[in-house]
Amino acid sequence: MTTPNLLVLVCILYVTFLFAVAFAADRAALKGRGTWLRSPLIYTLSLSIYCTAWTFYGAVGYAARSGLEFVTIYLGPTLVMIGWWWTLRKMVRIGRSQRITSIADMISSRYGKSNTLAVFVTLIAVVGTTPYIALQLQSVTLSFAAFSKVDPTLTSVVRLRSTGLYVAIGLAVFTILFGTRNVDANERHHGVVMAIALEAVVKLFALLAVGVFVVWGLGDGISNTLDVIDASKIAEWDVPGGRWAGLTMLSAAAFICLPRIFQVMVVENEDEGHLRTATWAFPVYLMLMSLFVIPIAAVGLKLMPSDANPDLFVLTLPLLAGEDSLAILSFLGGFSSATSMVIVAAIALSTMVSNHIVMPIWLRMRGGTAMVAGDVRDVALLARRLSIAGVVMLGYLYFRLSGAGTALAAIGLVSFVGLSQFLPALMGGLFWRGATRMGALAGLSVGFLLWLYCLFLPSFGPGVLLPVSVIEHGLLGQSWLRPQALFGAQGMDKVVHAVMWSMLLNCAAFLLVSLLTFPKPVERLQGAQFVNVFDHSSRPGSWTGGLAQSEDLLIMTQRIMGATEAQALFSGMARKQGLTGYLPEPSTEFLGVLERELSGSVGAATAHAMISQIVGRATVSVEDLLAVADEAAQIMEYSSRLEAKSAEQARTARQLREANDKLTKLSVQKDSFLSQVSHELRTPMTSIRAFSEILRDAGGLNPEEQQKYSSIIYDESRRLTRLLDDLLDLSVLESGQVTLNMQLGLLSDMLDRAVAATGGTVDGFRIERDLPSEQIVLNTDVDRLSQVFINLIANAHKYCDADQPVLRIEVRSAGDKLEIDFADNGTGIQMADQTVIFEKFARIGVSRAAGAGLGLAICREIMARLGGEISYVPGQSGAAFRVTLPQEMCMAAH
Amino acid sequence: MARRVLLIEDEPNIIEAISFILSRDGWDVKSHSNGHDAMEIVRARRPDVIILDVMLPGRSGFDILADIRADPDLGKVPVLMLTARGQQKDREMAERAGATHYMTKPFSNAEVLDVVRSLVGS
Repeated sequence: MTTPNLLVLVCILYVTFLFAVAFAADRAALKGRGTWLRSPLIYTLSLSIYCTAWTFYGAVGYAARSGLEFVTIYLGPTLVMIGWWWTLRKMVRIGRSQRITSIADMISSRYGKSNTLAVFVTLIAVVGTTPYIALQLQSVTLSFAAFSKVDPTLTSVVRLRSTGLYVAIGLAVFTILFGTRNVDANERHHGVVMAIALEAVVKLFALLAVGVFVVWGLGDGISNTLDVIDASKIAEWDVPGGRWAGLTMLSAAAFICLPRIFQVMVVENEDEGHLRTATWAFPVYLMLMSLFVIPIAAVGLKLMPSDANPDLFVLTLPLLAGEDSLAILSFLGGFSSATSMVIVAAIALSTMVSNHIVMPIWLRMRGGTAMVAGDVRDVALLARRLSIAGVVMLGYLYFRLSGAGTALAAIGLVSFVGLSQFLPALMGGLFWRGATRMGALAGLSVGFLLWLYCLFLPSFGPGVLLPVSVIEHGLLGQSWLRPQALFGAQGMDKVVHAVMWSMLLNCAAFLLVSLLTFPKPVERLQGAQFVNVFDHSSRPGSWTGGLAQSEDLLIMTQRIMGATEAQALFSGMARKQGLTGYLPEPSTEFLGVLERELSGSVGAATAHAMISQIVGRATVSVEDLLAVADEAAQIMEYSSRLEAKSAEQARTARQLREANDKLTKLSVQKDSFLSQVSHELRTPMTSIRAFSEILRDAGGLNPEEQQKYSSIIYDESRRLTRLLDDLLDLSVLESGQVTLNMQLGLLSDMLDRAVAATGGTVDGFRIERDLPSEQIVLNTDVDRLSQVFINLIANAHKYCDADQPVLRIEVRSAGDKLEIDFADNGTGIQMADQTVIFEKFARIGVSRAAGAGLGLAICREIMARLGGEISYVPGQSGAAFRVTLPQEMCMAAH
Repeated sequence: MARRVLLIEDEPNIIEAISFILSRDGWDVKSHSNGHDAMEIVRARRPDVIILDVMLPGRSGFDILADIRADPDLGKVPVLMLTARGQQKDREMAERAGATHYMTKPFSNAEVLDVVRSLVGS
């Protein structure tokens, strides 16, 4: 015979085992091992906290009382998993990208990180979940009682209640140990999730085992069991369509909104891909869970006494058959269902309570700033632990106060309806950018009040919390305000009635107020982030950096995350920004990352508030932000365009300027050339004209005068002709149209010719030459090269101002060049003039002797055509010109 | 007493031609052939008419003309400018600098004579 003491021992052993599993999983995760911890299977199993003790025990009871109606409880989540997985994926994506810590955080975050909304959602969640926790405690207590009934000596109310207390304390301790190891609620609770997955297996296995035992052990096989089912009232299909659809919708809504489901589905999610597996695996799990519900109920109804509680058939049927070990397994299944629900619900609620209620109050009490002595991290952890204890104890209190009566049996659905009030705000927030904070608040308030009035308060029974007069005649005697026949909607199922009115008016208020109010900038920004989460999963920052002190931020972050983690985060960001050390620039991106990290620890609203205080902007105006961003983008685009343009313009301008300079220079050169040519032509013509007029008009000229004037005319005519020859020569050379007449010639011959042409060594002008060195045969234009020599010798002739002028001609070979120097012993050419002597019309000194100043310019052109050059050699005894020719023009001497 | 003409010109043949023409008409012609010290000569000689070439070695005829006009003693001595560069620009520059008359080479002897006569007569 199983004694409660044995049962207690089994419980303790089981819990110890869970402890060990959780501990091992945490350790494995910490060391980075155990990738299987993050498998989609574990994720799916953890989702099974949807199946609480209410479903483990209650489903059978539900079936025994209302037939197939219990299926709605499984149908809703199945439809959501399969049909709405896109929505779920969106929630998961948002949860991960925004580091959402709870459903309150998500709703608050969506509506401009409003803490009011977060507090409101938290309160509804606590009010809605507390009875559910009480329900779990009750189921465990009742299951103990079921064993105790067999051993009546132990039955006592005191004992029963203390059982509930022990269970509550034990669960609180477990949750605190494994649920608050990290302050960052966004970090996964691997241990807890692992324990829950294990419990999911245990409860499924237990239920299947009991089912198999009932069908094959008690019911003598499938066909006999089916007969039993046919015979029972379960087979009567009398579920009203409205209630069926209503309950299915309700459980679907609740599946999305339940804080504990949100915790495992969104917060604990490791990988978005897991959801894909869960889409089919979770419905399979639910199907298995419901597989034997009907047979157990039918067989139970047939075998058990009529006063037996059908909620406990799962346990009492094995006990009746004397299968103690199976009964203990079944008990463990129920125990698992209850504990896993309480643990996760406590974690979820404590996160909300500590992040949205305790921490903000604490921060405000400390002067509204995070910059205080003391470790925020410790406070956050303490707040969370106290919240867990508080939530569990609240459940226990509720269990005690409600007297553990049958009213609890219906509390599951009541709870569902209450929590479903989140749905419009949540879904509206995910899909409708026009949804506003005021709209969400209005919808939640209306839905919550209607739920309280129509379902929650009446659920305790007439006269307990709500006076009988109100229930029968309506608030203030207004019959249209009767809680279970609102607006005269009589004859409806109580739950469906409450669902209909609360959801209808919730939605209406949400839509209407959202349409009438204008979203605040942060709301709009967040709205865009949520609705278009797939377009931009990385959130653009909502901070204007530059004002924040990185050091202050680091101090604050250290207090929240702990020194090591904070420093790692900061130095990581600094490195990413290309800086060394621990302090990154407070860029928008960095502040965004920091806010997300912090929101994992203290919630979005609090994190936002804390950074706001340091950054110095209590609220961020999105108009500002968008304007700034737009402006910045525009300016950047404009300036980059401008830059490109101005670079191009500068380039064009430079080219134009260069072209213009060139043209101007050319034009100036042309003008000055024409002017020079004009001058050079007009000067001899003036003399010619003047003297020819004199010869013609003036009578009485003596023969000498006639002779003299005629000579002048003759000389000037020749000068004119020479000038024209030179001009034509130069023009031909410059235009490159000159045809070179290449032939072999001896250098000494060419020099001989040049000396002869310039009049030779007359007037005491001496030319020194070294004839042997001149015996070089050149393949060149002999006439042109001679012209250069003539020019140089003639210049020396004309300009050498020495008393005994001497021109020395030297020929030498220098590398691959042949150099011919013409150096006289005059004063030479001044440094300043050396650069201009090769220009056209460049004449230096006062002497006007014959030349027009084109000689050296022509020489330069000729040498360029011949592949050589002519240059002035400074620093010689007099004027020295060097003619350079490439060696390949030279042939071997004869 | 013969009227005095100062001819500032660097081309020897042109000096000879103008000197011949004016001398035969009874002018006292003195010539100078560079720009450097032209002003000293002008001040020393105090001619009745100056014939000034633009392109002089050492100093431009325009600069010399500007100095003459700026000198209160020299007053409004008539200046005939000669240039071999027949461009419009040079004519304008000469007028701006205060030339009494402007003539482009080559000129006719009769014209030079007429101009010089008219300059003194005015």
